[in-house]
Amino acid sequence: MADPTQYIDDLLDQYPPKPEYLIGLLQDIQEHQGHISYDSMLLASEHTKVPLTQAYSVATFYQSFRLDPPGEHEIKVCLGTACHLNGGQQLVDGLSRKLKIEPGETTEDMMFTLSTVNCVGACAIAPVAVVDEKYHPGASMRKLEKEMKKVTELSPDKIKGEPNA
Amino acid sequence: MHNQSAALQHDPWRLESLDDLNKLKEQLEQKIDPDHPEIVVCHGTGCLANGSEAVSDAIQTALSDSGIKAKVIPGIKTTGCQGFCSRGPLVLIRPQGIFYQRVKPKDAGDIIEKTVAQGEIIDRLLYKDPQSGEKIVHEEDIPFYKLQDRKVLHNIGKIDPTNIDDSIIAGGYQALAKALTTMTPEKVVKEVEISGLRGRGGAGFPAGRKWRSALQAIEKKGRPVYVVVNGDEGDPGAFMDRTIMEGDPHAVLEGLILGAYALGAEQGFLYVRAEYPLAIKHLTIAMEQARAYGLLGENILNSGFSFDVRINRGAGAFVCGESTALFTSIEGKPGNPKPKYVRSVEEGLWGRPTVLNNVETWANIPLIIDKGGEWYNKIGVSHSTGTKVFSLVGKVNNVGLVEVPMGLPLSDIVEKIGGGVPGGAPFKAVQTGGPSGGCIPHSLKDTAVDFDSLTKAGSMMGSGAMIVMDDTDCVVDLGRYFLRFLEEESCGKCMPCRFGLSRMREILDGFSEGRGTQADIDDLLSLSEAIQDGALCALGSSAPNPVLTTIRYFKEEYLAHVESQKCPAGVCKDLITFQIDPDNCTGCTSCARKCPTGCISGDKKEPHTINADECIRCGICRESCKFDAIRVI
Repeated sequence: MADPTQYIDDLLDQYPPKPEYLIGLLQDIQEHQGHISYDSMLLASEHTKVPLTQAYSVATFYQSFRLDPPGEHEIKVCLGTACHLNGGQQLVDGLSRKLKIEPGETTEDMMFTLSTVNCVGACAIAPVAVVDEKYHPGASMRKLEKEMKKVTELSPDKIKGEPNA
Repeated sequence: MHNQSAALQHDPWRLESLDDLNKLKEQLEQKIDPDHPEIVVCHGTGCLANGSEAVSDAIQTALSDSGIKAKVIPGIKTTGCQGFCSRGPLVLIRPQGIFYQRVKPKDAGDIIEKTVAQGEIIDRLLYKDPQSGEKIVHEEDIPFYKLQDRKVLHNIGKIDPTNIDDSIIAGGYQALAKALTTMTPEKVVKEVEISGLRGRGGAGFPAGRKWRSALQAIEKKGRPVYVVVNGDEGDPGAFMDRTIMEGDPHAVLEGLILGAYALGAEQGFLYVRAEYPLAIKHLTIAMEQARAYGLLGENILNSGFSFDVRINRGAGAFVCGESTALFTSIEGKPGNPKPKYVRSVEEGLWGRPTVLNNVETWANIPLIIDKGGEWYNKIGVSHSTGTKVFSLVGKVNNVGLVEVPMGLPLSDIVEKIGGGVPGGAPFKAVQTGGPSGGCIPHSLKDTAVDFDSLTKAGSMMGSGAMIVMDDTDCVVDLGRYFLRFLEEESCGKCMPCRFGLSRMREILDGFSEGRGTQADIDDLLSLSEAIQDGALCALGSSAPNPVLTTIRYFKEEYLAHVESQKCPAGVCKDLITFQIDPDNCTGCTSCARKCPTGCISGDKKEPHTINADECIRCGICRESCKFDAIRVI
């Protein structure tokens, strides 16, 4: 990107300078850069006239905001009731073991971020895992390990070997 | 996505009256030949996850490859969720109404060349009734659909949600035009009151009464007044609202505009969960198209009434489904609930009178205005009128979305429509109402599913999640699951919820680890009472419900955990052991290779054994075993 702050300026133009637009603005920023950096938070808070501390209070209250950059690939495991009954938690435990991270964390090589979500509303195909926005119905460790291998190989800056083997 | 239809097929022009709308409807209908073949591919979330996009692409390709051997070129339409998610991807062939299930891209050629071109039915794609073993050709003959009464879901699976013309042909915006031309706002409120419609979001407060209170508040405080759609469907296991917003966004929009007309609101808000990007997309398209026709925005249908809507994306907080928290979130702040000394119809968004209703409630409004409150009032049972949409999930054969009249016995929904538990055993319990609801045991399977009967059984209607449990599901584990969920989602503002739920979860942790005592069960009950009385908002005060109902109906299972340190369902890890059945084990070594702790040993082609001391009970061996040799004791 030529000027990394250009898109933020464009976004700011779309939102009237009022506190009620803070959440939408932060959501758009996160969509562009994957997380909300200190600098963009500062711009957003100034633009919407929300004190920086309160803007952080908003960003830390809502689960979807991320203050640290995520890994290249995201694995989201659904823990809705139907997924729970069908072994969603075992998937989280298994992935945690495999990637050596807890949910919410990113692997050291910045390849995978593991997260959980309280129901993606696809209960009919439980348990569900979402890898980079792609839904995996009836997910199992075997299928997910295969998928992780696949996306790792597709990565432009491919990391050597198995995904965090 | 197939969004070629997102752009209108003709130049939009502003509709100025009911006549204009009817003329447009007629024109659109004339273009359609009811006998023209059409291939309808379900693009609901369940079907998409099962690969329905590849199916519709393959059908498109097969059609162009076939060199149009078919006499007529069939239309291809993608729709919202058709409901029968466990059989997806679903494909429907019109006009015959042939229903194909579990369709794969490789079936596309046969569908074009056999069914569409020659009218031949492809046996392998038909639905087979598990009870009678009979293959069923038509959608309406399948028990899953036959016993439903699809009113709110009527258009879903039939219309392309990204094309307003499709909705108009199906009768969309007729109710709005009728209200604007022939009804006073007061008359609209009256019809909703007569209908007896109760809020579909959980508490079941009568919508008409809510609207009436708002009018009284407006009398005192004046306008502006706001109307808001609660699309923050956070109950785990629920996807009714998602399906409605994705599959028929115009119904929600039309209902909201009707509400705005009734109350004299100029601004409305759609608060939609960020986890539902497709719903946000379809609603956004619907709003643009409605604006282009003059059905939304300035001077709607030339009636002098103006109203517009904005979408607010939720940011991942369960508590924002609660009205006061939702309002503070729209205002751009952390979603903390406020005490309800003053009701939100009087003091809602920015302190103004506000009517907040759930997605399904709003989607019912056009039906009521179109056909009348009296008509609606006759559906269902007294005090719970109309139909209700449920997401039927868990251990049930026909997983999916169902709509039934209120008051149907629970067993009809689970056994007749849902096809019962896989394997044929009776269900153990049905959890309704999500984290605020409770479990209804099999002994109460005849409970009528309406607001008051469910409350009497200790559960609640909630937003409509219905989770079927069987003997392999542990009630202690389910209680822990909901408490952990609510503990994480608690906003932390009030003490009873912040500490009380954690303490309850700790006690249940103890049960599942074999450290529980009888006294702990009593503690759970008294803690529950304190939380019910003391929590600030309804999410806190209803939080003990899942635990209370399971203690009420499944006390023996709690006692088994406490007294004999056993988990009868075989779920609680610390109370179970994994063993290999030597009769079934073939010594294929698959489990031993996959075991993360390396605690499975044995020679090739000889039965293996698990070292219980090292086993972490992760279940990977059971998942990898092809011979059903892993036992949980």
